[in-house]
Amino acid sequence: MNTPILRTEKLKAYYVLDLHGTQKVVKAVNEVDIEIQENEVYGIAGESGCGKTTLLKTLVAAIEPPLRLVGGKVYYRVIDFEGIEIAAIGPLSPSDAEEDRWWTDGEVDVSSLTPETKRRLRWEYISYVPQGSMSVLNPVTKVKETYRDFIGSHTSGQIAKEEAFELAKEQITELGLPPKILDAYPHQLSGGMRQRVTIALAALLKPRIIVCDEPTTALDVVVQRGVVQLLKDVQAKLKNTIIVVTHDMGVQANIADRVGIMYAGKIVEESTTETIFGNPAHPYTRYLIDSLPRFGDKTTRESVPGSPPSLADLPSGCPFHPRCPYALDICVQQMPGFTRLEPNHRVACWLVGEGKDG
Amino acid sequence: MDKLLEIDHLTKVFTLGSMLSRVRITAVDNVSFYIKPAEIFALAGESGCGKTTAARMILGFEEPTLGEIVHKGKRDEKSKDKKVWFTEGVQAIFQDPFGTFNPLRKVERYFFETIRNYGLASDDGEAVELIKEKLNAVGLNYEEFSGRYPSEFSGGQLQRVSIARALLTEPTLLIADEPVSMVDASLRMSIVNLFKKLKEESGVSVLYITHDLATAYYVSDRIAIMFRGHIVEMGPVEEVLMNPKHSYTKLLRESVPEADPTKRWSERISLSELEHEEYLRQGCKFAGRCPGAMDICKSEEPKDVYVGNVLVKCHRYANLI
Amino acid sequence: MKVLRDLFEDYRFCFSFGVLVIILTLAFLSNFSPYDPTLWNVVPKDTKPSAEHLLGTDSNGQDIFWQGTYAVRNSLIISFIAALVSRVIAILVGMVAGYKGGSTDRVLMFISDSLLVIPLFLILVMLAMLVRQFMNLVVLGLLLSIFGWAWDARLIRSVILSLREREFTQTAILSGTGTVKLVLNEYMPFAMPLIFSTLINNISWAIGLEMTLAILGLVNLNIPTLGTMLNWAIVYQSLFLGRWWWVLTPVVLSLFLFIALYWLSVSISEYLDPRTRIQRVGT
Repeated sequence: MNTPILRTEKLKAYYVLDLHGTQKVVKAVNEVDIEIQENEVYGIAGESGCGKTTLLKTLVAAIEPPLRLVGGKVYYRVIDFEGIEIAAIGPLSPSDAEEDRWWTDGEVDVSSLTPETKRRLRWEYISYVPQGSMSVLNPVTKVKETYRDFIGSHTSGQIAKEEAFELAKEQITELGLPPKILDAYPHQLSGGMRQRVTIALAALLKPRIIVCDEPTTALDVVVQRGVVQLLKDVQAKLKNTIIVVTHDMGVQANIADRVGIMYAGKIVEESTTETIFGNPAHPYTRYLIDSLPRFGDKTTRESVPGSPPSLADLPSGCPFHPRCPYALDICVQQMPGFTRLEPNHRVACWLVGEGKDG
Repeated sequence: MDKLLEIDHLTKVFTLGSMLSRVRITAVDNVSFYIKPAEIFALAGESGCGKTTAARMILGFEEPTLGEIVHKGKRDEKSKDKKVWFTEGVQAIFQDPFGTFNPLRKVERYFFETIRNYGLASDDGEAVELIKEKLNAVGLNYEEFSGRYPSEFSGGQLQRVSIARALLTEPTLLIADEPVSMVDASLRMSIVNLFKKLKEESGVSVLYITHDLATAYYVSDRIAIMFRGHIVEMGPVEEVLMNPKHSYTKLLRESVPEADPTKRWSERISLSELEHEEYLRQGCKFAGRCPGAMDICKSEEPKDVYVGNVLVKCHRYANLI
Repeated sequence: MKVLRDLFEDYRFCFSFGVLVIILTLAFLSNFSPYDPTLWNVVPKDTKPSAEHLLGTDSNGQDIFWQGTYAVRNSLIISFIAALVSRVIAILVGMVAGYKGGSTDRVLMFISDSLLVIPLFLILVMLAMLVRQFMNLVVLGLLLSIFGWAWDARLIRSVILSLREREFTQTAILSGTGTVKLVLNEYMPFAMPLIFSTLINNISWAIGLEMTLAILGLVNLNIPTLGTMLNWAIVYQSLFLGRWWWVLTPVVLSLFLFIALYWLSVSISEYLDPRTRIQRVGT
């Protein structure tokens, strides 16, 4: 079993809001344990308001008030890839600096990193493509200028304008995008093209992990296919890890190797894509899969009954119990742990098992 | 009367640009279709195909450049103060439930206003009864609705509230403009099932405008596929989506991600970069991307041809007659 | 009331509320003044503040404290009239121009823009000289209001323009709502913070403008206002002669008034802003 490249341990991140004197605590990430491997595409699926965006923010260490890390840890695994040492980016902590230690083959607790290290890590080790990221491009400069800024701020020494453009053009064409977009302003490109440029930018410095938040939402169906195609190309080329968060199960089916289903701040089921779609165990997952319309089948389908709980006011025990038709007494009282149905398939549900696996 | 709504050669031309360089974009180009009573008709296409412009013209928010809209056999004229053609028999549901209602007003105000403006109840008590009836029809209850502002509802709930408001006047035609795009995938079924129920139990017709072919397949009876202002294929939904004839329909159908990891996309596609270039193309607008493009496709616009009971706008089928 | 409670949490509102209460009290006290403000030599001239004359007396032989109460009252009356009338005009023009569009919009905006571009001060001076003999509080108020609506009309019009494109306008139309009701019910809540803050700013502006005119001697100097008091004080060179109690009274009063009005407008419009209101809804 490989050591995972990114791992969380009992992660808890809450929003603490203060509205006119009353305090509201939104438990967006409520004890999450996941392990993500190298060279895989990991999908996180769930409805809006289940906490997936917050989970991503904690994974990339972008935690700012009112979001607070209340408990647990996030670990990055720093690795030698194919025997090539990753360019030294600086000591990980002041004590490392004393001993002149650079990348080591081990795990790093993200909360122990200095802000400067985190800045270097961003885009070189882990890239974050946030939701609606088409707006991330600077609207008043041409795309190639954004590329130049990017390259300039992440390589030491001066890099000539022409060299930067050459690098950019090379990468763009490698990924199958037309080179003339470099000379365009963002508003001249369509939404789908902007999204793909943002993904290309994120992949520019060959990061080990790319995290995408709803990369295909609000895009047309054919454009969506192009974006998924691009993500797959990037992953095949860089052999890195891509974490895709989306509520669109069709996209998950097409792109992910493994999928984690998130509900009310917790992961309730996790397995390979084939198992999740072919043999879902958790009632919520089953509802999710069954409610999707399929071509060739016009029989009536039902969506998940009820509505998702507010993260500020979670039900007791298992958060799904108010909507679950099979809820047992124990479901109301206690949150189940994970039961491992197969080596690669774990479920948090009292119906399935005792939940001894964490 | 077998045609509830008939659209005849509807066209809308927008002129963009300044005095020196005017660009004419035909957003809706000679579109004709009809909707029968108790039928769900889907108007499908990607963004920029003209379906929203067509909906706005049908509702009267936009003036057509050419063409006619006939409702229940009469070509309705706009009445003095009202901006829309016919509001009692025709109502609309919009894409963004949070945009549909004024965030600073309680949602129930729209209900009471509708009731008062159309004279649907004689006093407050009756009005509340009517509202309760419609809320129940969409699966909500009065207690969780009364006195609330839009921000206090979830997206799915608010969209159902929007449908309930539309049902107050007992319309025979609902224009639903992307009603589930902003709703979570897991909740879409409940809204789309509502449309089915309304059709089956109350005989309401729905013009279902969407870019989501999967729900269009699930809920509609007939479908028209729009591309750059034209209808390129139209017919019973089973035929059009399970056995697509036009190359664009094929591309669209194949690009819908299926929730089945065994059915992943295997072919690669290329995307068009600049949309308005395609709009200004001579001949068939899809010729740039069509795998079966012939010479005639680049110069002449294809005519509508019937293949079985499906209408296709493609040169390849014209030769088959 | 919950609204007041929320407002009092803002220190600016507290300060301005307090100051305004004091000033309004002073204005009210003018009814009890033992001296007629338009007469001369009712008391010994130029005496320092004392127990009998709280703020001393001026060179016209008037008690400054009681003059002050009249001054405040009259300044407020003029500015209220100016602000209210110009609000009404601005709302009417802005809403009609915004909703109707087309040629109505163009004509109204042409008039509004002309009023903005014309050198206000010269016109005002000319008009003031013309109507000087009829000048009283109401006339001055109306005069000022003619010039106070143009800017805000355009602001209100742009709010309406943006709201017109939003989907809830369509919902209202589909609900059968007529144009007038639509504008009032749907758009006014968005325009409220704008209207409120411009109302209060307008009051400040009117007071300031009146003072300017008064110092130039263009108003009826027999009516005590903050401006005319200042004018008399300057004419009699009270500053050079060390009679600080005369000059400082209108200056301090107007200073506090301006600050209070400004903070009042800022705190109320922040409270009424649709964006913060939406956040507060449902709590």
